[in-house]
Amino acid sequence: MIQFDKITKVFENGTEALKDVSLTIPAEQLVAIIGPSGCGKTTLMKMINRLEIPTSGEVYVDAKAVSSVDAVELRKTIGYVIQRIGLFPHMSIERNVSLVPNLKGWTKEKTTERIYELMQMVGLDPNQYLSKYPLELSGGQQQRIGVVRALAGNPAIVLMDEPFSALDPISREQLQMETKNIQKKLKKTIVFVTHDMDEALKIADTIVVMRNGQIEQIGTPTELIETPINHFVKHFIGVERINRKRSVGKRELQEFIPTFKQSEQSSYLVVEANITVEEAIKLLEKEDIESLLVKKGKKELGFVNQSILLSAMLTKEEVL
Amino acid sequence: MQTFLETIQSRSDLIQESFLQHIYLSFIALAIGIGIALPLGIFVARYRKFAEPIIGVTAVFQTIPSLALFGFLVPLIGIGTMTALIALIIYALLPILRNTYTGITTIDESIIEAGRGMGMTKSQLLRQIEFPLALPFIMAGIRTATVLTVGIATLATFVGAGGLGDVIYRGLQSYNNALVLAGALPVALLAILFDLALKWIEKKATPKGLNTRG
Repeated sequence: MIQFDKITKVFENGTEALKDVSLTIPAEQLVAIIGPSGCGKTTLMKMINRLEIPTSGEVYVDAKAVSSVDAVELRKTIGYVIQRIGLFPHMSIERNVSLVPNLKGWTKEKTTERIYELMQMVGLDPNQYLSKYPLELSGGQQQRIGVVRALAGNPAIVLMDEPFSALDPISREQLQMETKNIQKKLKKTIVFVTHDMDEALKIADTIVVMRNGQIEQIGTPTELIETPINHFVKHFIGVERINRKRSVGKRELQEFIPTFKQSEQSSYLVVEANITVEEAIKLLEKEDIESLLVKKGKKELGFVNQSILLSAMLTKEEVL
Repeated sequence: MQTFLETIQSRSDLIQESFLQHIYLSFIALAIGIGIALPLGIFVARYRKFAEPIIGVTAVFQTIPSLALFGFLVPLIGIGTMTALIALIIYALLPILRNTYTGITTIDESIIEAGRGMGMTKSQLLRQIEFPLALPFIMAGIRTATVLTVGIATLATFVGAGGLGDVIYRGLQSYNNALVLAGALPVALLAILFDLALKWIEKKATPKGLNTRG
């Protein structure tokens, strides 16, 4: 379990990156911290392994204040995956992934066994890849190695700093799923920083939405979709996401007829069934109304609101 | 050509002795130069606020004409091998220092962050990550310094420290072109030889994974 207790961070240039943030991350969960760039999400995460030091407040890992633990020792017990991968180019894959076990003084047998297991888990044949060098691998393969390297020392906690945002969409999707599977299988606590709401909705158990150094909302993916606490969160999971997922946004409302509600809603606007999901979501946000009454010709098809659309999007994506 | 070979034969003692002196001077100066510049380079790469002034000072030394530097040192230290060595060391510093600094500071920051995040100590980072990755740069600096030192060591003769400059100087004074050549050629040869040897070492020192780039 990781606890942040009244964390503030003021950088030397005076920017206030975090304002009195308190947060508890339960063990064995995948928690995504999400927000626009500059919201303090990465700074917050880096405080867990002391790459950033809070100006005030304290971070606890398993009820132990991290400031009371030696930074180097602490980091050996926490896996770390970064966006730009950061494999050591002059070391073979084997040396890269066995670095933490070596720092921890594991026996060669134990290290090898562990590495073989993890390599197979991310779908890279150890016999083929261990002797290669990072620059011989594709971006997706490199980040798989990055994940293996972070897990090699068998840490209870793994920190991931926008780990897949630099990858191509196919590799990204695969790695998201693999990460989720690994997390379930190995029962790790994963703190996952991202700016991609789709990614968060897809893999996280809990999502922490941040803005301007503060937490806006904490909730499960379903909670966020169904009950966004304010306009910002609503916008972030609505329009923001649609902008990323163009393929879904371009679908027409009538494709989602089975999800429509039939009961009368308090405030609504009448729209045609052939408008796109993107248009519908933007309309809901702009007019600040709860739902749309969808009509095809004279026939009323039913009511639709933002959470219905967003859930529908999520299931559609999974089918794709 | 005939006279050149005859000169080499008749003066072989002088040439041989000067040759060895030359190697000795260059080698010691380089060894000490590396001994100073390498740790200093690592130091300024870590404490970057010192980088500008320290590299600046060595750069200023570099701009002093070599003959003037030798002349300048004589009243301070007197003549002899020591004076020559000091001057040569001063010249060897800048290329090694600057390349060590550049080599370490241009390493991709994500690599360093990954290492730190994994729990490597500063010295582990230096030995296992920073130094090997900067090594090709450092070797290039040492090569530059070597060629420079071998060349400038010919001036050691003016402070009475010997070297192949002796042969050249004597040749010049006695209008003996063959003797000048007998001094100059080995200098060029030495520089090329050292350069080739170091190039070979540099290639060997380049970490294997870096060769696959591109």
